[in-house]
Amino acid sequence: MSNKVFDIAVIGAGPAGMSAALEAEKHGASVVLLDEQSQPGGQIYRNVLTATRRQFTTLGSDYAKGAALAKPFLESAVMHLAGVSVWQVTQGGHIGFSKDGKADQIRARHIIVATGATERPVPIPGWTLPGVLTAGAAQILLKSGGFAAPSAVLVGAGPLLYLVAAQMVAAGSPPKALVETQTQKNLRAALEHLGGALRGWRYLLKGIGLIAQLKRAGVQRYSAATEIEISGSDCAEAVSFKAKGRHHRIEAETFLVHLGVVPNTQITRSLRLEHRYDDTQRCFKPISDAYGHTSSNAISIAGDSAGIGGAVVAALSGRIAALGALQKLEMIAETTRDEVARPLLLKREKELSIRPFLDTAYAPPEEILRPADGTIICRCEEVTAGDIRRFAVLGCKGPNQAKAFGRSGMGPCQGRFCGLTVTEILAKETGQSQDETGAFRIRTPLKPVTLGELAAYEAE
Amino acid sequence: MFVSFEPDAAETVVFEFEGQKISAPRGASVAAALLASGRPSLRATPVSGAPRGPFCMMGACFDCLVQIDGVTVQACMTSVADGLVVQQVPRTMSETQSDHMNGDGGFVEHVK
Ligand SMILES: Cc1cc2nc3c(=O)[nH]c(=O)nc-3n(C[C@H](O)[C@H](O)[C@H](O)COP(=O)(O)OP(=O)(O)OC[C@H]3O[C@@H](n4cnc5c(N)ncnc54)[C@H](O)[C@@H]3O)c2cc1C
Ligand code: FES
Repeated sequence: MSNKVFDIAVIGAGPAGMSAALEAEKHGASVVLLDEQSQPGGQIYRNVLTATRRQFTTLGSDYAKGAALAKPFLESAVMHLAGVSVWQVTQGGHIGFSKDGKADQIRARHIIVATGATERPVPIPGWTLPGVLTAGAAQILLKSGGFAAPSAVLVGAGPLLYLVAAQMVAAGSPPKALVETQTQKNLRAALEHLGGALRGWRYLLKGIGLIAQLKRAGVQRYSAATEIEISGSDCAEAVSFKAKGRHHRIEAETFLVHLGVVPNTQITRSLRLEHRYDDTQRCFKPISDAYGHTSSNAISIAGDSAGIGGAVVAALSGRIAALGALQKLEMIAETTRDEVARPLLLKREKELSIRPFLDTAYAPPEEILRPADGTIICRCEEVTAGDIRRFAVLGCKGPNQAKAFGRSGMGPCQGRFCGLTVTEILAKETGQSQDETGAFRIRTPLKPVTLGELAAYEAE
Repeated sequence: MFVSFEPDAAETVVFEFEGQKISAPRGASVAAALLASGRPSLRATPVSGAPRGPFCMMGACFDCLVQIDGVTVQACMTSVADGLVVQQVPRTMSETQSDHMNGDGGFVEHVK
């Protein structure tokens, strides 16, 4: 690409990234936005600009809202690099990426990382069988191509589990059952945060509405499920579990697992930024201030990749981070930043007030955070929870050492689906905190790059 | 199994998987098309030979690997196209390939 140095590069075209780019452009910055998908929207608003009427009715009004962001974004002067995978980011402002099998790079004075969330791992026996997908995957299938799995069984907990179930009902493919891990104890603990939840009453109402929809559709729900196990030979065939003291077994072709989402920290980890473990959200977050500034001067972060807050918070954070970045670049005065950001910061605080309630009500259960010995936790290298416990006995203290002991985290997914579990197990076994235990070190390239692509890139 | 809830919406394309012709709506990913054709399982793992198929559909888990023109790609991040020839990843290949593709598997060291 050209040698142009952009003022600001944004990675991710979800609500956070699009809002950041628009805000920066409004204040006169030259902005480039890179995103893996062919269209802007991120996870929540995936394909919103080309969705059919049927898809809009299926996916609901919160989905349709995305067009109000994606349209002005596409019409703006922001340079949108779509369908590109970012596999390298440097503190010096270089971004390496691939598009259509070709590697390229751009440079910017400041980078805003808005890469969103990924689903928390759900290591239960049988979660690697074909036919077991994440609930988010099922939603991606609804949003792209309009595919639904009739009579699927959803397993886990969280607002997204109900949303996807209700969307499947609307698609005319109601799930067969919901096997939920949420317990009365979770609910009672969550009630402590009821004050905050009432401030976020819109979310509460939406949740209650979704559950009522499932009830009307006659979807069977089991709560406080334990000992969940999916079985099958070549493909998943049944889920068995214990609920209210009884054993259950439900047969199906498709099982959709979900235990909430966690920040996607691949880029911030590869940059060696500081991260901290969040005890309530049970995940690591990059450390950032109100404006999304990180431990690196040239890198800010916005949206779910900074900590889970949902789409409205992501859009506000994007604008706030852009203002912070513009001020760092001396393109706006500190007083302007504070003035424009003040109402946004207040609104964000209000929107965030529901989180403690949600995080407590749908907390992932201990028996899945740290599964029993026989359960595979590293899908790529088929390492079990028992293997990790054995490594601990042999003196392994952290995830990076665990790689040397037994390849966990060394497969192509780079620990995206085992990292948190490895940390949780090692922390418990060694008696250290999650922060002391640490997380997998992430190295470039973050996404697969072929030798040919890289050779051409290096020659440039 | 996944089925389309908009059977007559989009234009369809025809591609090939392991020599069999499969039609899918234009714009769908290879992984979505294969799931909708009743193929949840796409490969065998290099370690134990266990069957695997698409899991996350967003490019994070790498369980959906297939081969197109001899290159291993994520089926969920690749769009279907007319005449596209998709094959299973040979079981032994997926191990070496994964080493080459991955930041931690020594790929960067190879290049240096
Ligand atoms: C599968 C899934 C489905 C979800 N569905 C909903 C929903 O229906 N409703 C809801 O309220 N919340 C949903 N969420 C939660 C969601 O994360 C937030 O509500 C919201 O989308 C966060 O916005 P964001 O801008 O921070 O990130 P996102 O919307 O996730 O956007 C991040 C973008 O970054 C891109 N990206 C990431 N890494 C790279 C890279 N290396 N190179 C290039 N691009 C990259 C991604 O492709 C994505 O487009 C979902 C989450 C997931 C994981
Ligand atoms: S299904 Fe996870 S990467 Fe394709």
